[in-house]
Amino acid sequence: MATLPATTTAATYLHTASLLRFLAVMLLVLAPHFARIPWGETLAILAVLAWRAEAGRRRWRMPGKLVRGTLTILAFAGVWWSYGRINGQHAGVALLLIMVALKLTEMDQRRDVMVTVFLLYFVCVTHFLFSQEIWTLAYLLLATVAITATLIEANHAGEPLPPALSLRRGGSLVLQALPLMLLMFVLFPRVPGPLWGLPSDSGASRSGLSDKMSPGDIASLIMSDELAFRVRFDGTVPPPRERYWRGPVFWDFDGREWSEGMPALSQNPVVLEVGGEPLRYEVVLEPHRALWLFAIDVPDPRQLPTESRMAMDGRLLAERVVRERLLYKAVSYPRYRMDGELSDRARRAATRLPRDANPRARALAERWRAQGLDDAAIVQAALSMFRQQEFFYTLKPPLLGRDPVDDFLFETRRGFCEHYSSAFTSLMRAAGIPARVVTGYLGGRKNEVGEHYVVRQSDAHAWSEVWLPDQGWLRVDPTGAVAPNRVEQDLGSALSLEESLPLGLRRSGVDAWARLQASWDLANAQWNRWVLAYGPELQEEILGKIGLTGWRDLMLALTISLATAVGLFGLLAIRRALPARNQDQALAAWRRALKVLARDGLLQHPGEGPRAFASRVAEQRPELALAMRRLVESYLAARYRDAQPDAAALLGLREAARGFAHAARRKRAPT
Amino acid sequence: MNPELQGALDSLGRIVLGKDRQLRLAMACLLARGHLLIEDVPGVGKTTLALALSRVLGLAFQRVQFTSDLLPADILGVSIFERDHGHFRFHPGPIFSQVVLADEINRASPKTQSALLEAMEERQVSVEGATRGLPEPFFVLATQNPADQIGVFPLPESQLDRFLMRLSMGFPPRAAERALLLEEDRRSMLAHTEPVLDPERLLALQAEVGKVVTAPALVDYLLALVEYTRRHSGFKQGLSPRAGLALRRAAQAWALVDGRHSVIPEDVQAVFPAVAGHRLLPVERERGAPTPEAILNAVAIP
Repeated sequence: MATLPATTTAATYLHTASLLRFLAVMLLVLAPHFARIPWGETLAILAVLAWRAEAGRRRWRMPGKLVRGTLTILAFAGVWWSYGRINGQHAGVALLLIMVALKLTEMDQRRDVMVTVFLLYFVCVTHFLFSQEIWTLAYLLLATVAITATLIEANHAGEPLPPALSLRRGGSLVLQALPLMLLMFVLFPRVPGPLWGLPSDSGASRSGLSDKMSPGDIASLIMSDELAFRVRFDGTVPPPRERYWRGPVFWDFDGREWSEGMPALSQNPVVLEVGGEPLRYEVVLEPHRALWLFAIDVPDPRQLPTESRMAMDGRLLAERVVRERLLYKAVSYPRYRMDGELSDRARRAATRLPRDANPRARALAERWRAQGLDDAAIVQAALSMFRQQEFFYTLKPPLLGRDPVDDFLFETRRGFCEHYSSAFTSLMRAAGIPARVVTGYLGGRKNEVGEHYVVRQSDAHAWSEVWLPDQGWLRVDPTGAVAPNRVEQDLGSALSLEESLPLGLRRSGVDAWARLQASWDLANAQWNRWVLAYGPELQEEILGKIGLTGWRDLMLALTISLATAVGLFGLLAIRRALPARNQDQALAAWRRALKVLARDGLLQHPGEGPRAFASRVAEQRPELALAMRRLVESYLAARYRDAQPDAAALLGLREAARGFAHAARRKRAPT
Repeated sequence: MNPELQGALDSLGRIVLGKDRQLRLAMACLLARGHLLIEDVPGVGKTTLALALSRVLGLAFQRVQFTSDLLPADILGVSIFERDHGHFRFHPGPIFSQVVLADEINRASPKTQSALLEAMEERQVSVEGATRGLPEPFFVLATQNPADQIGVFPLPESQLDRFLMRLSMGFPPRAAERALLLEEDRRSMLAHTEPVLDPERLLALQAEVGKVVTAPALVDYLLALVEYTRRHSGFKQGLSPRAGLALRRAAQAWALVDGRHSVIPEDVQAVFPAVAGHRLLPVERERGAPTPEAILNAVAIP
């Protein structure tokens, strides 16, 4: 096989029509990757595919070793040039794809076709490195059917099969594999984290909450419809205005930009007193490549989600960066007291302002203080200012100058939550009241179909917290003073008419479309909840319910189920290969009855008719002649008298068989 | 055993001595509406068998001695111009009879042979544009000399298929031959033998053959036999589907003769050599190909 003549053409091992279909399947399998690899590589792959199709049609010879070697080196170089490496998630996949395409240039034996087909299966798997959505699975299942159909065609000698037939066979093979797949999915012991560690270069740029906030530099906030997380409440669902999902807390302000500043995990644990009715809920968090977990103010420190900690400013932090969807359960209390006593360090951090920035704001605060107002009154004064003076809520605020707080408070007076919380917190600090900016999400929309709530990036919000003696940290949302709708309802209702939300974010639309979206969101939610979040904990929980705990049990269950499945399949195959004789009850009864004779070496020859055998028996064992004749006649009646199986005759045969056995025993006993 | 048929066979057995098996096969062949080919040397009682059959069953009998100059018209009949009436009148040939003995069929030219065989198959005769039905029941009993004798036109393989069974009489056992020599002449014995059956009763029995049950298990056995001959390298080709149908019908008839209404494997085994023997063509004569009996031993009854 290794030394095929040079004139070997495609048709000798793969029919041209099959080759073209094979290339189409390859395109189908590679296509989703084209958006992820450099466009130059996509073009190169397409060029190789097109060349191979033409070469197959015109029976061109495959290029020699020199050409192929050069192409391989070029491919390596191209990947290196694009990524600076040849391994890792992106670069590795890019290299794999170009190599699969180049494999086509040396595909001139059946063996090469097989190798390429198996490479395609492997490429299928690599899609999951980038996307684990429902549609990815559906697409890849279809692709698997197509690849399997190709495999069938490649193994089919002679004229190519009709595509419908090979696809149907491929589909049936994949269908047969599905139960095993599900079994493996459920029972195979889960390891924490993904099966193979995702390289660190994955998802380098993702939008979402940031660890910085600089309101003056944003001219137009682009609202993203992207999902932040989904929540399912267990019991009471609080109204939107109480669904403040706490995220990053900002302490440091340089006059322009807020940043976290305070070490998130100080040695001082946050002191909490909680009250009111507890809210229990379950969050499926989209990966955001940060540590934050979101919880409604304020999570019960005694019932934190697993593998999480609470920072001193009350936010939840995961122990590892959230790189994949994360399911956690949390309990929150609507009434709480945080930090009854403020440490000196915290007080300093919460009142620090850059000395010479925003002088007018500072002057305003000092004026309030000079009027003799106490802390609570100053908070109210600031809110009244927002409420009574000409402040507007807009997503397209003017850019702010060198002193953004001053510019905002006294000049532009247009902005969104970040502007208001930033300005308010600055004012408080200027008045000597400890204050900080809290970001996170507010509200979230209910999925009417699935009864869960969806929180999107467009629900992101910023508010303030001030510390008052005896009361601890209190939430103050200055945006609510300007645009109560933002807090009470959602973003869309807070905007003026001409500044409407982009279509995708509009919450009122055609009902059917909204329902469809809700259904799709529900499907995704379930997918995330039960498939993607099926990690070690969920597996332990679910399998624990049916009494499987620990690795040993799992492996045992897996082994037993797989062995049973394979065994059943094997039995079925054997059963099908055997002649149907086992189903013939009359024959079985006849053979059973004759066993007693076989012990004496009296056997019915294969070609010997039952009557002929009976007369031979009668000759050799005259004492059995009568019983034998009854037996053979009832056997003939049961097996040959009617075209349909005859139950009565079968009973007669069994009776005769009993009589025969009895006679045989009686006659043998004396000897 | 069917009493009517038993009576007929007893009657036959008194005339044709020591050939019970052949008589029974001949009877089954007749009941299955098939035709019988007897291959044997002259003088072993072929004609006596044919005569006895027609006599006992009460059927009209004609005998045609085939010779190399025999013409189709000599068998089928011919239209002759009758001066008295002024038109042609068809004079039916010897084939217009219920039992036809075609003696030494392989002495005639192939043309004449095929005229007879076509009539056997179609059960009607087309002469000069007019189709004339043959009487019912219609049974051809052809005899043939062994092919290695001189001056014969062996029947082509495709024509042999027209005969449901092929038998060979063989010499009678010693006791039978002794009786033959002692007793009165067979021909005069025939003269005072009374018919046991009549043609109507025979037709009814023929109709009954098709109703004899062949159970699925038995069909499997038939298939196993047929498939064995197709797989075996000793034969040019195995048994055809038509041969399979013939085997089933012969077995049904045999079961009916035995007085049963269902076929059992022994029925198949009883008729198999007679039905399959002339249909199986060995690749090389007398070498490598199993005899029908060997086939029966080799094929397991499913």
